[in-house]
Amino acid sequence: MSASLIANVVIAGVLTGLVYGLMALGLSVIFGVVRVVNFAHGEMMTIAMYAAVLLFGAFKLDPLLAALPVAALFFGLGYALQAGLINPFITRPEHSQFILLVAVATILTNVLLMVFGPDARNVQTDYMLDSWAIGQVLFDKARVFAALAALATAAGLFTFFRYSRTGTAIRACADNHLGALIVGLNVKHLYALTFGLGAACVAVAGCIMTLLVEVAPSVGPGYTLLGFVIVIVGGLGSMLGALLGGVLIGVSEALAGLFIDPSAKSMFSFGLLILVLLLRPQGLLGRKP
Amino acid sequence: MERNNGMNRRKFNTALAAGGALTALAPFGIARAQGGKLKVGVLLPRSGFEALIGQSCQKGADLAPEVIKSMLGVDIEIINADTESNVNTARTRAERLIEEGAHVLVGAFDSGQTVAIAQVAEQRGVPLVVNIAAAPQITEQGYKYVFRNFPTARDLVTNGLSLIGELFQATNIVPRTAVYMHVNDTFGQAMTGGIKAALPHLTQLPFKIVDTIPYDPAARDLSVEVSKAKATNADFLLLVCRLNDAIVLRREMVKQRWSPMGVIDPGSPGIYEEQFAKSLGKYADYCIDNPPWYNPKAELTHVVEAAFKKRNPKEHFVYHGLNIGYTFEAILIAADAFKRAGSTNPKALADAIRATNITQRMCLGGPIKFNAKGQVEGNQSACVQILNGTPKVVLPSYAAEAKPVFPWPEYKSA
Repeated sequence: MSASLIANVVIAGVLTGLVYGLMALGLSVIFGVVRVVNFAHGEMMTIAMYAAVLLFGAFKLDPLLAALPVAALFFGLGYALQAGLINPFITRPEHSQFILLVAVATILTNVLLMVFGPDARNVQTDYMLDSWAIGQVLFDKARVFAALAALATAAGLFTFFRYSRTGTAIRACADNHLGALIVGLNVKHLYALTFGLGAACVAVAGCIMTLLVEVAPSVGPGYTLLGFVIVIVGGLGSMLGALLGGVLIGVSEALAGLFIDPSAKSMFSFGLLILVLLLRPQGLLGRKP
Repeated sequence: MERNNGMNRRKFNTALAAGGALTALAPFGIARAQGGKLKVGVLLPRSGFEALIGQSCQKGADLAPEVIKSMLGVDIEIINADTESNVNTARTRAERLIEEGAHVLVGAFDSGQTVAIAQVAEQRGVPLVVNIAAAPQITEQGYKYVFRNFPTARDLVTNGLSLIGELFQATNIVPRTAVYMHVNDTFGQAMTGGIKAALPHLTQLPFKIVDTIPYDPAARDLSVEVSKAKATNADFLLLVCRLNDAIVLRREMVKQRWSPMGVIDPGSPGIYEEQFAKSLGKYADYCIDNPPWYNPKAELTHVVEAAFKKRNPKEHFVYHGLNIGYTFEAILIAADAFKRAGSTNPKALADAIRATNITQRMCLGGPIKFNAKGQVEGNQSACVQILNGTPKVVLPSYAAEAKPVFPWPEYKSA
């Protein structure tokens, strides 16, 4: 087996893993602050993918650019969803939250089926099938752009949480809910803001994902599951952990496909998940409860 | 008032006589054929994961009554049922169709659903004409009421591989190696078994399979698989796929700058479907698939195509022709048997179907004749190549719409 083959496979794994990481980042941010596990995460990403496909079809808008208006729209929708529907469930038992978001996911999938039908759709940009070559090693342009967009979004989110006053307030809510209430923070507003940011994050991931895969109404649950695997491996609530988890899953799947059996790739993601749950239950970069 | 509306002695005797006559005539099917109309229960997966193809088959059922009336002068009533791509639903819908008075069942595209419907048809003694389903066991159970006008999985593979040999002869190309990639599901594994069993017997095929790469049917990314296949340096890619993975795989080939002599599918769905060409644009061109197909030059095809255009002016016949062709022919078989039997009695219909000999047909192959197992032998496949974004028959030559292009124009010999 040649070194160039291994290098190509690892590079593809890293680039795809970064996009997976961005998708999981939204899930991790929402859980880290609001403590609600968004079981409709994959379905929300599917809607963002459809939005990118529609914008491309109507205005030939590149999904990388479409990510901006779609993220803004999703921020508003996420805020409204949290403020209007999820906030009343914050203090209810976890199974109530679970069933609420599963219901939302089911409704979203069926609405997509009714509106768009079962056909897969995609975008076709000029560079989608191009690649750069350095010797025998190929860099897929779409994957490189997607990975850079994922990194930029993650960096923006990280900066916001680290250095802005609102970001600091949100982190305060995450660290000590009661304390945040005592010092007079509007926790419900901050929760809705966080859900909006998580939704915007998944919107960006959805838009750039259309550069790599087709979208159909049925793809949502698969992405929700993938998101969970990534955030549990990386550490639920850890932003850096989500990105690391994405890259680890991307690379481990790629290498398993190369060295063992391509059709058993996803088995290795779940193997990695079990290993992490056994040896480090809080995830690679997660904090102990 | 009571006397006028109630049952008097004269009315009772008349009703009794009519009832007696109906009972006496029922075994001969005379009473059920009173309206001179054949009720055909059509079972298709019109929703669920097979909805796209189920709805495509449905178009063949929708146009059948009109076309068959003009051909045979027979009246048909189609009673539709949706199997929802589910085996249990298929079984209960078949039961319900029989309760609703269906004289013949037609369906059901999917092998698993068809097996379930066949059990119901046999138990209830109502003929089933299978439109599309390749599992061999459907006609291997000794059923008396189950008939199939579609190749078995083994025939599919043998026909598809034989056409690869004809393709090489027609283009004077002798590839020495192939890398075999297949979707790793029940269908893909069945096709793989068939290919491995058939290849040693097909001595006209000059190539050796240098590597076999199975892949997950739900894979979002096939970059690793394509990297492995490319690394084999095989002359061409032998592929058993479905639609979405075929698109992902072809894209990945372009990204990884892998241009073998070509991509040849021995007969699975995917490459000839509309979405493949739509999604890939020019990169869909020159891919080859060898599925069972319709004869684009047959007279009956032109008649059916005209009826299709009338009903679906915005759609392209070529993407539905295979599904329409076999569904239409299944209903034609039932109508032809009904005409000859002159009855809707199930046994008379089954006997008439067994004696079918339809020579004017739409799909490729010899006349429609059932063997003792209820299987039509001699259905053929076509070598279908995407040219300028449209599937074209390039082989067999008597049905060809264009000449085959092999290897691909961008192929560069190592």
